[in-house]
Amino acid sequence: MDRPEPSIVVDKLCKRFGSFTALDGVSFDVGRGEIMGFLGPNGAGKSTLIRVLCGLLRPTSGRAVVAGIDITIDPEAVRRRIGYMSQKFSLYNDLTVVENLRFFGGIYGVSSDMIEERIRFALDMAGLQHRETALVSTLAGGWKQRLALGCAILHKPAILFLDEPTSGVDPSSRRRFWDLIHNLSADGVSVLVSTHYMDEAEYCMRIAMIESGRLIALGTPHNLKQQSIGGELIELECENIGDSIDLIARIPGVRDVAVFGNTLHILVENAEQTAKVVCAGLAEHGLSGVHARQIAPTMEDMFVHLVRTSRKPSSGAAP
Amino acid sequence: MNIRRIAAIARKESLQVIRDPRSLMIALLLPLMQMFMLGYGVNLDVQHIPLCAFDQEGSQQSQDLLKHFSASRYFEAPKMTANMGDAAHRIDDSVCRLAIVIPSGFSRSLADQGAATVQILVDGTDSNTANIAANYARVVVGEFSRDVQLKAIQRQGGQTQTLTPVDVQARVWFNEDLESRYFIIPGVVALVMAIVGAQLTSLTIAREWERGTMELLVSTPVKPMELMLGKLLPYFVLGMVDAVICLALAVGWFEVPFRGTLLTLFFTTSLFLIVVLCIGYYVSVSIRSQVGASQIALILTMLPTTLLSGFSFPIDQMPMLVRGVTYLVSARYYVTILKAVFLKGATISELAVPMACLAVYAIVLVVLAGRAFRKTLD
Repeated sequence: MDRPEPSIVVDKLCKRFGSFTALDGVSFDVGRGEIMGFLGPNGAGKSTLIRVLCGLLRPTSGRAVVAGIDITIDPEAVRRRIGYMSQKFSLYNDLTVVENLRFFGGIYGVSSDMIEERIRFALDMAGLQHRETALVSTLAGGWKQRLALGCAILHKPAILFLDEPTSGVDPSSRRRFWDLIHNLSADGVSVLVSTHYMDEAEYCMRIAMIESGRLIALGTPHNLKQQSIGGELIELECENIGDSIDLIARIPGVRDVAVFGNTLHILVENAEQTAKVVCAGLAEHGLSGVHARQIAPTMEDMFVHLVRTSRKPSSGAAP
Repeated sequence: MNIRRIAAIARKESLQVIRDPRSLMIALLLPLMQMFMLGYGVNLDVQHIPLCAFDQEGSQQSQDLLKHFSASRYFEAPKMTANMGDAAHRIDDSVCRLAIVIPSGFSRSLADQGAATVQILVDGTDSNTANIAANYARVVVGEFSRDVQLKAIQRQGGQTQTLTPVDVQARVWFNEDLESRYFIIPGVVALVMAIVGAQLTSLTIAREWERGTMELLVSTPVKPMELMLGKLLPYFVLGMVDAVICLALAVGWFEVPFRGTLLTLFFTTSLFLIVVLCIGYYVSVSIRSQVGASQIALILTMLPTTLLSGFSFPIDQMPMLVRGVTYLVSARYYVTILKAVFLKGATISELAVPMACLAVYAIVLVVLAGRAFRKTLD
């Protein structure tokens, strides 16, 4: 990707809370108009990373430059140039839609001749045109999320930080939300978004996988899926997943077994060879209805693999 | 400092107050309730003291003496007892504060020697009231002896005018009727303003933390001082409304004379309001929970204002060390000012010293409270 002037440069960023290390030497950069997704399990450090970059938490060590400004030197200047949507909904429930917009417009210093236009824009974008005077507490989840996004873009920020913006929102609202993010990106806004939905990761231009405060993978969704996950993958359908999983794990050549819906994903050295052994082994134990085939790894397989390897103390982290 | 940001916060805060019945209750009903409760509850006047009498003689003259007690507004009509033990019981049971014992030779002694003795027993558990009650009893007995003297002189055909060599002509200033209400009510106004003022702002930051709105607020470019000024502004207006309510009750209901000017009152009340609002705000920043902050704010304002402001206990009677501590209590200055404005009609120039102290207090607290808020989640 062509990134002449990165919007964000993060260099060996660390954040410790007492003896707990929430961020451990994270480095990456984000280009203008890029959508960067942070993917990781709960407690991996995604929220901490976003909060540090927004100036809500001070980094313990390392450096971060946001919109050309070092976050530890002039956090107020950074705050003027960013928009932030926190994981927990944090608009005022006892104010109406327009009152919230007007408040954040004022706080972000939007000039009085611009404010009406920006509020109109935010209302249109969020699809809240006929809800101006509704109390926010009466809005459904999807509307609230879009209003929060509207409040975050009133001052035309160069960078948007969205911390799990779509958690608890129905799928069609999620889809609509991502359309908005892509529109903003097209206008040159850099968007950093954390999520734990694998399908949402595919909407990002690049993905940073985070586990235990460390960056364990970074790349486009396509590139990440192309990376070796340490073997070949078999998808196995069978009737009794619970019993099968223990049997399969003991078969030589099987590196890992994980449940995916009503199938099992088996990581092996050689798919063709091991698939036969697995089917034979299950048949021996009277488990019927077995059907195995080799598949291409999905983002989720990749994610599970990376998290597992990073948690093994002996193995090194992925690039 | 950005006026637009301060205005945005002030407007938002006003909307929230208007829509939150709890805030409005604290702001408007609490002062009303407190004015009535404290205005009637705190009363240092000693009147209608219950007493009993053990009249061993039962003569015309002993009855005369007891009638003097009945006629006095300080005492209730004496309840007669049959013996000494009964009188003692009544004091033990707190039915009576005072007992008069008239000996059997009372009128004869008066007639023969021109002098007699009566015994007064006082319940000293409340030493202040006991003191006052004993003094009042002496005054009543004194009036009775003057009457006896007068009648004796008249009987001997002397002049009815008795001469007192030195006569004290006492005139009480500022509180002519020596009504304790007159100096207590201005103190109550100060107490109510202190409590309500700090309560109002004690919730304001804690509420943002509890509702999770603080996270977003911290991510915006608003400066701590702008946040504080914006948040204090609506509560200042509300506090002024409370001041008007208190003043109207003090003058209109409790009939305390108001001899100063409204301008002086407005100016000094503004200063005191800034002080207490900042105390509440500071607590709110430090505690982060609405219940906790409101409790701490209540203790921080009510205790010193009640005990150390000169509202209920005179400061010049306090031990040296405690007197020194009172200089740190902002209400001390406001109580002084209010009493002077109400009863003496003091002007701003006459109040320069306590006002300057209050102003310094206000400035220090604004700076402290403004800086107390840190824009970080650490």
